[in-house]
Amino acid sequence: MPSDDYKQYVAMDRLPSIWCPGCGNGVALKALALAFAELEMPPDKTLLANGIGCSGRVGDYVRCHRFHGTHGRTLAFVTGIKLVRPEIKAVCLLGDGDCSAIGMSHFVHSARRNVDIVTIVINNYNYGMTGGQFSPLSPYNVITSTSRSGKAEPDIDICKLADLAGANYVFRTTIYHVVEMKNYIKEALGKKGFSLVEIVSPCPTYYARYNKIGNIIKQLEWLKDKFIPIEEYNQMKDAEKENFFWRGRLTNRDLPDLYQHTRRSRG
Amino acid sequence: MTIKKLLTGNDACTYAAINAGARFFAGYPITPATEIVELCSELMPVYNGNFIQMEDEIASIAAVIGASLGGAKAFTATSGPGLALMSENIGFAAMAEVPCVIINVQRYGPSTGIATKFSQSDVMAVRWGSPGDHSLIVLAPSSVQDSYDLTVEAFNLSERFRTPVILLSDAALAHVREKVEIREPGELNLYQREKPSGPVNGYLPYGTLHNNVPVMSNFGDEHILRVTGLVHQESGYSSDNSQIAEELVQRLARKIDNYQEELPAPFFYGRQAADLIVVSFGISARASLEAVNTVNSEGFKAGMLELRTIWPFPRKKVKELCSGAKKILVVEANHGQVREQLISCGFPPEKLRGVNKQNAEVITPSEVLLALKEENS
Repeated sequence: MPSDDYKQYVAMDRLPSIWCPGCGNGVALKALALAFAELEMPPDKTLLANGIGCSGRVGDYVRCHRFHGTHGRTLAFVTGIKLVRPEIKAVCLLGDGDCSAIGMSHFVHSARRNVDIVTIVINNYNYGMTGGQFSPLSPYNVITSTSRSGKAEPDIDICKLADLAGANYVFRTTIYHVVEMKNYIKEALGKKGFSLVEIVSPCPTYYARYNKIGNIIKQLEWLKDKFIPIEEYNQMKDAEKENFFWRGRLTNRDLPDLYQHTRRSRG
Repeated sequence: MTIKKLLTGNDACTYAAINAGARFFAGYPITPATEIVELCSELMPVYNGNFIQMEDEIASIAAVIGASLGGAKAFTATSGPGLALMSENIGFAAMAEVPCVIINVQRYGPSTGIATKFSQSDVMAVRWGSPGDHSLIVLAPSSVQDSYDLTVEAFNLSERFRTPVILLSDAALAHVREKVEIREPGELNLYQREKPSGPVNGYLPYGTLHNNVPVMSNFGDEHILRVTGLVHQESGYSSDNSQIAEELVQRLARKIDNYQEELPAPFFYGRQAADLIVVSFGISARASLEAVNTVNSEGFKAGMLELRTIWPFPRKKVKELCSGAKKILVVEANHGQVREQLISCGFPPEKLRGVNKQNAEVITPSEVLLALKEENS
């Protein structure tokens, strides 16, 4: 049983949250707070920055430093913060729309610069706050409020993208895999440079309803069954892969981060 | 120590920023502001500061705001198209009350316009580029010396009022070389933002106000900071309460608009209580002054008002200094953006004559002279 230490990072007096019943945001917040507690991170040296959208409200429920900027730009703001306050441990918690649509450029460049930020992307496959439109991460052909007959565009794998761009650490998991989620957020927090933890999350109000996935139990079962360890996934035949998604650690390396690069260039 | 140097306007802004204590620059190359980006890339590491070239202007102003929230004096430099991209985050800085300085080197627009050529047509864009009711401070230098002095002032005001301050330079001023007296940090009055000193527990980032400005900590300080572009309570947590919203938005305007005597006052030249008054700003004020001096030496009674603070528009001062004039000439290289402000001050349109130029070239003294002579005949 985890201790109550995580509660020092959560603004318990501000609960209940604004999130819908069954939403994964609260589960991710708890996993993050548990990771903070296990690492005994000092709240005054910890920053939670978030994007715009449902997951963007997570900062309203934390007790550490909190930044909530403009849609898509969180990583650019935090790049500035980290350059002048490198001692702060910064976590950017973004939604799939915030990160992969409006904020895609900053995402790629932050990974390229290897800015020392743990980026957690809560991917619920749609824009929940505005009523369930598709995002670049919504899978091909799914139903959303702007793709009533199926999303016509392909999606993109932000984990592979972050790896290619130069991130030091990339991990994907789901809201169902709570212990794994906490453990790998913790591992990411221990790294220098750009880390991405993508957490696939249910949106019972829009995505699951439009795509007839069923109640929240069914949605969690869907995450449990569909997301298989990357090692297993890689063994599959291509035709089989189409029915599954991988989860696990894609990248783990120790390239110099932006701060080291800028200091090195001074000689 | 005061050093004399021959500098461009862009260089003067950069040295002024460094001497005012700026230790963070984020930017994106754009004509005619690029030299500021280049010079910062050289100087910031020398002064143990940070320079970063971001992926666009949106990211540049975002990084500046982030650095400022970390406690650094931070700035960026851009021109029309870049200013347009920065607008949303300038509004964020106004809402979240983040000190920052934006050097906007005006070029010919709209859109890409003529990248290398001059204009003064961003007067309204700097004021209302970002949506929502808010106030901010815009200063307009008219010489290279002024570029230096007002950049220092821009940092002081941004720290004092916790607001974005925009320096409205232009392509002509940016590249002209003039003698500048550089006052070094020891001789400058520099203002540092106030920091909280009370107990850490229960600290409210927007809870303690001095002259309507919150006493805020920085990220990484022991007083926990909470910042959002949403309407927020004193705690920095978001709120959608209508009363909190109204109080916040009204305070954002009041904290600047009610303290205008602290902002650079207009200069008045020539004859007091003159029949003819020229109102101008930026490099057009130089041409205007030359013309006014010429006509006065020929026996005219002309005065000249040079606006240094453009926003908030110094209505009180302008009304006071121009109320006796029979005719007011508003000299500006745009369609009449400052003239509109004089109309809103209550001057009847028939009393106002715009001396405007929209051909991407500077207004010359002879053009102002011609207008003055026509009005006097």
